[in-house]
Amino acid sequence: MSEPLHGVIVTHAAVAQALLAAVAAITGVHDALIPVSNDGCDSGALAARLTQAIAGRPAVLFVDLPGGSCLTTSVRLARANADVAVVTGVNLAMLLDFVFHRDLAPAAAATRAAEAGSRAIRTPAA
Amino acid sequence: MSIALYRIDDRLIHGQVVVGWGQPLHVGFIVLVDDTVRGSAWEQDLYRMGVPPEIEVVFASTAEAAVRLPVWERDPRVGILVAGDIDTLAALSGNGHRVRRINIGGLHHRPGRSERLRYVYLTDDEAAQLRALAARGIEVTAQDVPTAAPVPLRAFT
Repeated sequence: MSEPLHGVIVTHAAVAQALLAAVAAITGVHDALIPVSNDGCDSGALAARLTQAIAGRPAVLFVDLPGGSCLTTSVRLARANADVAVVTGVNLAMLLDFVFHRDLAPAAAATRAAEAGSRAIRTPAA
Repeated sequence: MSIALYRIDDRLIHGQVVVGWGQPLHVGFIVLVDDTVRGSAWEQDLYRMGVPPEIEVVFASTAEAAVRLPVWERDPRVGILVAGDIDTLAALSGNGHRVRRINIGGLHHRPGRSERLRYVYLTDDEAAQLRALAARGIEVTAQDVPTAAPVPLRAFT
């Protein structure tokens, strides 16, 4: 791919901004992710925010919950754009993996991110 | 029980509905009344994704809801009915059914609307429409989540 993927974190409240700050603090990568909050948005306003963040480039949308307005709006956009893929259940681990694997196609990057995020969910003994 | 909450929310089924209201009410079913979603299988799948399997999700057009509302009201489970606009609830409440209370859960900014509450934006016509519902004896309040105090209609229109 000629253009590296970018990620858009799509969440309620300020979760996206906090995840972005954490990724930057850990990796030093500042240009791979864009935060979008659904605060104050109906689906049309959120779609406009996401369209602006995607900016016609290949992208993976990292959505917080597997349901609700962030998901429905993201999937609607992805269905209309083959260069956009969606992952739900965003967590810090998947974002850390993503920023170093941006040479993949959107769908492959989304699958990889989901696997990385899933591996981070554990119940270690106290 | 029957339908415990008639809600207007332009985000339709989302976290506030499923978790915020659904958990304390011990909801058994959610009715989404929306003509567009009713006609789209993939959109229905999306809305189902956010709902635990023990809660049934029913999709209905406005016309179907008007017919089936008495059945849902007799359902022994607790239900929530959600629509994305005032027109839909106005149609249901004007059809001889027993909609006594309407919850404004979220109507967000669009051109022509002005902010009435943090989560309620209305045009003047929409505000008048809500007042007309209240004049018919329906209690209209705004309340995004159950832990917030309900805001009476006169306080935001």
